[in-house]
Order: sequence, then structure tokens, then C-alpha cells
Amino acid sequence: MNRDMERHKEFSRRAMMLGSGKILLFGTLALRLAYLEIAEHRKYETLSNENSVGIRLLPAQRGVIIDRFGAPIAVNKPDFRAVLVPEQTDDVEETIDDFARLIPLSEEEKEDIMAAVRRHRRFAPVLVKENLSWKDMAKVEVNLPHLAGVSVEEGEMRSYPLGRSAAHVIGYVGRVNKAEMTNDPAMSLPGFRIGKTGIEKEYDEILRGTVGEVQGEVNSVGREIRELKRTEGIPGKRLTLTLDSDLQMQCHQFITKHRSAAVVAMDVHNGEVYALASHPSFDPNVFSAGIPADLWEGLLSDPADPLSNKAAAGQYPPGSTFKIVTALAGLESGKINAATHIHCPGYYKLGNSIFHCWKRGGHGSVDVVQAIRESCDVFFYETAQRVGIDAIAQMAHRMGLGQRLNFDLPDVARGLIPTKAWKRKRYNQRWEKGETLIAAIGQGYVLATPLQLATMAARVANGGLAVMPTLLREIGDTEETPLPPASIGLDPNHLALVRKGMEQVVNNPHGTAYNVRITTPPYSMAGKTGTAQVRRTTAKMRAEGIDVFHLPWKFRDHALFVGYGPVHKPAYAAAAIVEHGIEGALSAAPVVRDVLLAAMKRDPRLIRTIDEAESAHEARRHKKDGGEDGL
Amino acid sequence: MSTGRGIGQDHLSLPEKLKLISWPLLLLLTLTACIGFASLYSAAGGHMAPWAGKQAARFCFGMAGLIIVALIDIRFWMKMSYPMYVLGILLLIFVDIRGHIGMGAQRWISLGFLELQPSEVVKVTTVMALARCFHAATGEDVKNPFFLLFPLALVMIPAGLVAVQPDLGTAMTIMLVAGGIFFLAGVPYWMFGTVIALALAALPVLWHFMHGYQKKRILVFMHPELDPLGAGYHIMQSKIALGSGGIFGKGFLHGSQSHLDFLPEKQTDFIFTLFAEEWGLIGGLTLMSLFMLTTAYGYFISLNCQNQYARLLGLGVIVNFFVYIFINIGMVMGLLPVVGVPLPLVSYGGTAMLSVLFGFGLLMSAHVHRDVKFTRRGLDMA
Repeated sequence: MNRDMERHKEFSRRAMMLGSGKILLFGTLALRLAYLEIAEHRKYETLSNENSVGIRLLPAQRGVIIDRFGAPIAVNKPDFRAVLVPEQTDDVEETIDDFARLIPLSEEEKEDIMAAVRRHRRFAPVLVKENLSWKDMAKVEVNLPHLAGVSVEEGEMRSYPLGRSAAHVIGYVGRVNKAEMTNDPAMSLPGFRIGKTGIEKEYDEILRGTVGEVQGEVNSVGREIRELKRTEGIPGKRLTLTLDSDLQMQCHQFITKHRSAAVVAMDVHNGEVYALASHPSFDPNVFSAGIPADLWEGLLSDPADPLSNKAAAGQYPPGSTFKIVTALAGLESGKINAATHIHCPGYYKLGNSIFHCWKRGGHGSVDVVQAIRESCDVFFYETAQRVGIDAIAQMAHRMGLGQRLNFDLPDVARGLIPTKAWKRKRYNQRWEKGETLIAAIGQGYVLATPLQLATMAARVANGGLAVMPTLLREIGDTEETPLPPASIGLDPNHLALVRKGMEQVVNNPHGTAYNVRITTPPYSMAGKTGTAQVRRTTAKMRAEGIDVFHLPWKFRDHALFVGYGPVHKPAYAAAAIVEHGIEGALSAAPVVRDVLLAAMKRDPRLIRTIDEAESAHEARRHKKDGGEDGL
Repeated sequence: MSTGRGIGQDHLSLPEKLKLISWPLLLLLTLTACIGFASLYSAAGGHMAPWAGKQAARFCFGMAGLIIVALIDIRFWMKMSYPMYVLGILLLIFVDIRGHIGMGAQRWISLGFLELQPSEVVKVTTVMALARCFHAATGEDVKNPFFLLFPLALVMIPAGLVAVQPDLGTAMTIMLVAGGIFFLAGVPYWMFGTVIALALAALPVLWHFMHGYQKKRILVFMHPELDPLGAGYHIMQSKIALGSGGIFGKGFLHGSQSHLDFLPEKQTDFIFTLFAEEWGLIGGLTLMSLFMLTTAYGYFISLNCQNQYARLLGLGVIVNFFVYIFINIGMVMGLLPVVGVPLPLVSYGGTAMLSVLFGFGLLMSAHVHRDVKFTRRGLDMA
């Protein structure tokens, strides 16, 4: 028993030692816990908060674009896309290969997908293929059981119902490139698209809206567990344009018979642009879906330059359409008046140089109205000689030339109106007197865009009000109300003389465009032809006589026409350029006539009978039919 | 010896035994387990499924078992010590071989209602066998190195089998607990000194035989910044959870770290972190106090036992309990390397819960039968 007592005592002693050790260790743990939860609390609290809050962006719907009657111009169309969640498949590459057996994927597409998979977290969906057709979508849906991690999602794709007809005005959207990156969080949304050209670019920020965000608690791999705060995105605003999409489509049709052309039609009183078309064109729907490289290369290398908007960004010598400016400069300076007659022998002598009139035998004695009607070069040589280049340039500016016009497109050309100072600055040379004569008939240095020429026509037609062309009617529900145009301060009598000349161009048998007159009352138009040389006419060519129809296309002269209608109560102004169209009256004037006629026929103020009203209404309802209406 | 007053009797009636059961200890265990249920409920995002409900059912089952074990005569358990030890070893060999022949490194045997982990079983049976062995030893025996070879073998066999699973953490805890029993049994201090010195010398060899991930864990423990997204990540996230809890915690069901899955193994190894994140320093200290009280209670019971087997068994169970608590909490607080060791009574796990409660059943049996005397061979003194 003693031995057991001894053993018990030894056991107790050792148990106490062990117990003290435990108390010591427990104490260590308690101190450690206290240290972490008191001393380092603040530090770890911060870390914990950073750990757990993640932000997910909610895309904002892009604002739609509609025309003046509410017809859709750019809309968001549901789009089916296949996405892949990498964590839901064992082998991403195998899944993509399986997918490619159903719907072919190029090597680049596969590489893009793999790159996206590497960039994103394993649970984040990655785009495999967008813009799936119904057939392709059905194919994917049926095979989903064999495609681990793949699902079909609905997204939104920009769609342009007018297609090629309005491609240059509206523009298109595309993937953001590096240069376009801003700090807008929307940029980081997968598949986000930005306005690349046209209205889409000019008003991109208004259309884009503001992305929303969900602040959510995320777990260690970033997956959202719970929503903490949700800020809904603000959809982009709707834009109402001044365009009339029916007229726009008709305009596009009027110019498609030429190789390269452009036309603008606008309201003479407020500058609202009803149609603005350029040809050749491209399909913006292809762009918003992501344009194939070969198609893009083709568009870039096309000599007719389908990507450029010739109506606003194309600069051409205005040719004889510029005589409107020269005439007004002469009249306003008092160097010529309604009674001034100038004799045209078919040429004009300045020093040792001879400047020819387009009519070899000459026009005889002409006044300003006749000079405009018959586009007599000599009359305007003499006028220019009297007023000088700077007065002509000043008048050109008052008519809207040589300036950007503050137009609602990102790519608008300024044109060029030369002055003495300009030449000194540009070439460090003195202005030659002969250059004044060349400029007076819209050749030489003078450059203008169809948009500027239409503006000029509108300012003549409206009695000298400085209208500015505009494309925007409403942003959201807010109407854009521009200030009423100021007067450009021209004598109404002078303008009346010019208008009389323009009326006779079309409606007088001696007029240069008598062949394209409108013969269906109450519609009528006035205008001015222009033919711009693309190369200098040499004495040899003049001697041999030129058969313009047998010249190579690129050496043919540009054809221009500006006009307005109806003659006595002008409502619409239009300008057209047909590149290498030989002669204004031949190719450009019919375009303007068709456009003005179509515009007037659609104008309720000009419709007289119920029948006409009904047919106009029908035309508006059936857009396709409307396209043939004016032909 | 018998005084006929219920205490000090060799044979007790059932009501007498029930009266002798230490109900406060059972209350402590229940409170601790309840903290476990609440934490598991929270870990599941406020649901009984999948953990809390099952755990509670197992606890009730285990408590009933505990009382039955407690009512069974301590002498029976002494007789059963070696057979149960052998059974435990056989189960271990079974899972090891099964793992070896290609059925995967499963460490458990599925019994339908429970996945039996032999390594959890041998933790208790080894304590029983050692207590049985040292009970029979004289004061001279325990000073004799040759005598000690047998108990040493009793430890090294299960430790070795567990280590090859490979579960180095559990193997080391088995050896640590055994060391405690050797110490309590009266093995001379110089022997401990020698073993510790040898162990330190053997560390490089041990390092050589370690698995890559085990080496990494230790390296990362020493330099957590080595691998902020890998192994060091767990410790870092656990510290963030604890530290962000503060004094009063984030509130029940509001532990953001745990609920957002930043915390690995939150229902098992890192349950203490989850609890302390939600209940703060106050909660953490409360749970640790419960563990301390339970440990102290175990000491009180063991020291009052009248025979060496009961004393060694009781304190062996308590040492085992403590070692697990210390390693687990030390690990989640970044004081010890990450070893997969559960927190007794709190972590989710069936076998661990049952083996802990079985151990406390043995402790309780020692308490109920504290005055029973028997020979070194475990027979009635008569």
C-alpha cells in the first residue's frame, strides 16, 4: 500500500507540473487572442473590409436614335451569344474545340477566348461567340449537355434599320481601342462598344449613359455572395434627329447610280438636315457585329473611299456654284448692279493671259441674272476683277463657306476660301490677279463641302438668314431650340437678283439646267450648276476638242448642283456632288431635283388635294415604296 | 476497505453510480458543444444543415454513450485496454493497406451513419493501453529503459501507422500525449531530456522524409509572406478574421470573413476563428475558459482516483484533450504551423466527437469508480 501511496504522490506532483505547464500555454493563447483582437484590431478590420466588398458593373442601355417622325435609326436588338464559365468545365480548350465543331471558330477567335479565360476569374463568363443566328443558337442549345460550362445568353447588339442609307450620318459602334480608353468604368465591361463615327461618336457620351454598379460581398475567389448596395445604371438618352429616314433612303437611292456621290437636303429656315447621304457606303450593322478583317481591308483600299462622308467631309472645288458668292460680292460692293452688262466674247484677257469662258463663242452682252442663268464665266471674271479676292472671300464666309458650321458630326471639313493673307501665310507668295478670276468661278484654291453649299443655297433662299445646318432635334425629351438665325445683312434686292438667276437656270430655256426642271406644279425649284475641273485644260486639249465621255473616269470633271424649292416660297435647299460626273447639269442637277421633289411631296404645307395628302401619307408609312416615289 | 456508504465500495448499484456521476462536468461538455453547434449553424449561413444538426445528433448519441461508458466498471475497461488497442491498430492497418492498394488515401471506414476514422480511435485506445501498461509497472520498472521499450512500442506502432497515412499532425499529437503519460507514470526526467535532445538531432532526418506540402507548411509558417495566396493565405485570412472580430465580435451570423469563404475549413479546423470573429475576444476567452475548467475538472477527478490505471487514464484523456485544443487554437492564431487538427467538441466531425466523448466516459468511469482498488493485473483484490 505504501508503494501505491508513494506512486500517487509522485503522480500528483507530476500532474501539478503538467497542469502548470498547461496554464502557461493557455495563458499564451489568451494573450495571443487579446493581441490580435485588441492591438491589431484596426489593421485587420481594414483588411477584412477590403477582402469582402467587390464591385460588379451593370451595363447601361445605349440610347436609341430616331428620326424626326420617330422612326428607328439606331436601336438595340437582342442578341444571342454563347458564353463559357471556365470553372464549370474540366478542360476549357477541349470544350472550345467541341464548340467549334458545331459552330466554326477561327484560330484567332480561339486564341481570343483563351486569352479572356486567362484574364478573368474562373467563375466569370467569357464570350465565346456573339451574334448567333437562330439556327446556330438552336445547335448550341441542343448540344449544351456535351458542352460543359457553355450557356447561351441574351445581350444587346446595335442595329441600324436604315443600313447603308444612313451609315455616314449615324456612324457605328465598335470595340473600344486603347486611344479611346477613358476612366469611365463602362470601358471595362466585356463586349462594351463605343461610337466610332457619325452621330454615334459625336453624341457617344449622351447615348452611352452611366453604368450602374452592385457593391456586393464577395468571397475569397471573388464570387458575389450577397448584394450590399445597388446603383442602377442610367440608360443613355434617346436622340431625335432632324433626319427624315424615308427621304434619307430615297436620297441614298438617287446617288447609288453614280460611282461616287453625295447629297444634302435641309430646311432653309431652321437648317434642319432632312437627309445627308454619301455613296459608296457600307453596312454599319456589319461593323457593330465586329467586321471581318478582309471586308475592312476592302473598304480601306476602295478608291471611292466608302468610309468617308463626302457630304460633310468631302472637299471639292465648288465650280460655278460659287458664282452665287461672286455675284453677291459684286452687288454688295456696288461694283456691279442689276443694270450692269458685261460683254462676253468667249474669253477674258488679263495682261498677257487669256481666261476662257466655257462657251467658246461667248455669251454676248449679259447682266447678272443672265450670267447666272447661263453660267457665263467672263461676267464673273470681270466682276471678280472689280471687287478683288478678299471681298469675295468675305462674302463666301457670310454664305457659310470656309468654316466648320458647328455641325453635329465628328468629321466635318472646313473647306477653303483663299485670301491674299492666306496665300502669303501658306505659300509665302503674293496673290496673283489671275487667281482671283479662277477663284471667282469656284476653281483654283477654293474648296467647299456639299454641306456648305447646301447651307449657302439655304441662306440665299431664306432671304439672307444665317441658318446653320443641324441634325439634332431632341436629346431625351428636351427639345433643342437653336437661336433664330441672325441676318447676314445682305440687301434683299441683291438676293432677289441672284434667286432670279437661279430660277432661270432651271426654268428658262437658256438656263444651264433647263432639262432637269420640275414640271409638276405646285412643285418647282431653282438652282445653280457647277462643273469642277479635276485637271487643267491645256491649249492642246482645247484645240482638239475634248470628248468627256471617253476620258478615263478619274479625269472627268466633278459635277455639282445647289438648289432650293419651291421657287417662290422656298422650303428646302439641297446640294449634290457627283464625283467625275462630267457636268453639273448632267448628273448632279437630277439628283438635287429628285431630292427636292421628294422632300416637297412629303411636305404637308405643299400638298393641295386629299389624294396627294393620302398618297404622301402612304408613302411615309411604306418606306420602301417611298424610295421609288421620287424616281 | 468498504465503508458501505456508496463511496469506497467495490461494487456499486446503478442508482449509486448515477449519483456519483459528475454532472457539472457533463454540463461543461454540453456548453462547449453548444458553442460548436452555434458556430456550425453560422458556418452554414444560418442553417442547421449540413453541419449543426448532424453534430448535435452525434453529441446526444455520444453523451448517452459517455454515461454508459461511465457506468461500466473501470476494471472492465482495464481488461479491455489491450484488446481495444489491438482493434484500433487493425483498423489503422486496414485503411493504410486499402489506401496503398489504390482505393485512394481515404482515412476513414464508412459505417453508414458515421465515417469512422481509425486515427481518432487509436488516440483513445493508445491512452488506455499505456495506462494499463504503467498501472502494472513498479517504481523500479519505470526507471528501467528496457521495461520502457514495451510502452514505447505501444506508442510508436499507432504513431507510425498514422504517419504513413500521411497524417503527421495526428502522429505527433499521439506521441506528445504519450509523452505526457510517460511523464505522469514517473519516467525519470533525464530520459525526457535525452529524448528531447535526440528528437532535436533527428529533425533534419525527419525533414528529409516529409512530404512537399508538409515542408511547405512549415516554411510558410515561419515566413507567411512567402506564399500569400497559397498556404500562407489560410493563416493570413484566419488572422484577419480574428483581428477584425475585435473585443465584442461582429455578431452572430455576421462573420464576414467566414461567411465569404475567405476562411478555409471553417467548419472543422478553423471553427475557432469563425467563433472568435463573430463573438470577439469575449467569446474566444469564454470558450477557452470552458476548456480550462474542463481540464481542471479532469485534474480534480484524476488526482482523487485511488488507483494508478484510473489516474493515468483520466489524465491521459485530459492531456489528449488539451494537446488538441492547444495545437488547434495555436494554429489558427498563427502561433503554430497549420496542421490538420480539430478543436475537440466544437469542430465538425463524427469520429472525433465520439472518441472525445468516449474518452470523457472513461474519465467519468474513473470518477464513479474512484475508490475501487485492484491489483496490478486488473483483478479484484478480494
